[in-house]
Amino acid sequence: MIDDIVLKIDGIDVFHGTFQSLWNVSLEVRRGEMLALIGANTAGKTTLLDAISGILHPTKGTIEFQGKNIGGLDPYQIVELGITQVPEGRCVFSDMTVLDNLIIGSYAGSARRKRAENLKTVTDLFPKLAERKRQVAKTLSGGEQQMLAIGRGLMADPKLMLIDEMSLGLAPIVVDEIFKALAKIRARGITVLFVEQNVHRTLKEADRAYILETGRVALSGTAADLRDNAEVKKAYFGIDACEVT
Amino acid sequence: MGMGSGDVITPLIIGIMLGGLYALIALGLSLIFGVMRLINLAHGDLVILSSYIAYALLTYLGLDPVLGLVISIPFMFVLGFVIQRYLLGKGFAVSSETPLIIAFGISLVLQNLNQILWTPLSRGLNTSYSRMSFFVGERQFPVSYLLDFVAGIVVMLALRAFLTKTYMGRAITAASQDKRAAQLMGINTNRVYGYAFAIAMGSAAVAGTFLGMTFPFTPTSGISFLTIAFGTVVIGGLGSMLGTFFGGIILGVFQTMGGYLFGPASQMLIVYVLVLLILAIRPKGLFGR
Repeated sequence: MIDDIVLKIDGIDVFHGTFQSLWNVSLEVRRGEMLALIGANTAGKTTLLDAISGILHPTKGTIEFQGKNIGGLDPYQIVELGITQVPEGRCVFSDMTVLDNLIIGSYAGSARRKRAENLKTVTDLFPKLAERKRQVAKTLSGGEQQMLAIGRGLMADPKLMLIDEMSLGLAPIVVDEIFKALAKIRARGITVLFVEQNVHRTLKEADRAYILETGRVALSGTAADLRDNAEVKKAYFGIDACEVT
Repeated sequence: MGMGSGDVITPLIIGIMLGGLYALIALGLSLIFGVMRLINLAHGDLVILSSYIAYALLTYLGLDPVLGLVISIPFMFVLGFVIQRYLLGKGFAVSSETPLIIAFGISLVLQNLNQILWTPLSRGLNTSYSRMSFFVGERQFPVSYLLDFVAGIVVMLALRAFLTKTYMGRAITAASQDKRAAQLMGINTNRVYGYAFAIAMGSAAVAGTFLGMTFPFTPTSGISFLTIAFGTVVIGGLGSMLGTFFGGIILGVFQTMGGYLFGPASQMLIVYVLVLLILAIRPKGLFGR
């Protein structure tokens, strides 16, 4: 069971300058699962992903990836170890071509040697990216940019993929397409930790979820349990717990 | 030359060729600003330092300035890496203004160092070919101007190929567009900044060498060439090597045509009126994204 835990976060505090964003947060990601992080806008979801990615360093607590403490490493070292983040707002390199965006995804460590193989995986997953590979990234639609951001992340040959707010601003039909792609990514053995605002949808897609509130873990459990949880229903589905019981 | 004296083609061709030199000087400035958002106030002095390196190699070793690039390019490359890593990089950690002050300090140190080493007398890189002329029909041009233009094209194309075809080049471009996203792609941005500065200094080595074959220089010449490089980058737009190249050509042509039409005294005035107009009307530069 211990071996099944790919990422273990234990009691971390994280600050933005002097402002504390995370308080004693603990979280475990199991190998091969699809884990969701839910919470309101300032709950600390992106902060938690940035702490894992090494953009921010915890002042207290530990982050272990495959048994190795990664809490003090720089972002590029984290990517080399096999954790990649698809950032909120896609953040594709807008003046570079689609192909160059994907190539830069394979910058780190051993990913360069698997560039051709991973490029094929990405273009199989998102055929639109192959059609538009010579286009400058800023000319893509929002949905295509999200596909590019995920594809770029896959080029890093990750073991664990962190995806931040991927459905933000996208049409439901595009969101469906991306969730389908995520299922395929997961089928390739890549563990996925994703952040979402759409709680209903998230609890349908994820295996488990953690709910963050003002920088603390408020609840966690399997998606099915959380769907039935009275507090979750009250807070996120707008159903009064009293009426349900 | 007053208005109407001589033909209009000669200053036009001279302007284009000189523009190649201006582009050569400005490419490094443009690259550094594009990647680090730093106006490298020491850029002109680093170019002139390269002129003095070429001068030393020529005077003491009898090494031809163009062959001397084999020594000066790697030297400036390493110096650039060290400056970024141990001076500017530390400054960026303090605030975004600190590196500007550091660059100004580097500029003053280099000027004074060159004064002590070489005296304030003007120097030049005199070779058998740099003072020669070539003819196009009836018109006569200095060979050094042609070399400037060729060097400008070669360095611009080399930088373009590097930035678009290699991992490090793409990483430099990526880091200049979105630093955080670049880090998330596994790019060590500190290392990338070091290489970007090193490469900019490598191009400064080429610029200083060809500058020295074209114009006499003194320890304080860096300032005037920094100003020209600013103008070039403003006209061409930052971040694009091709844009910077055309910016240099436009600046060169405005300078020589301004001199042709209104007299040599007003040639730089014409250039800086153009620069101000572009800043007011199209601050991204003519070729800026």
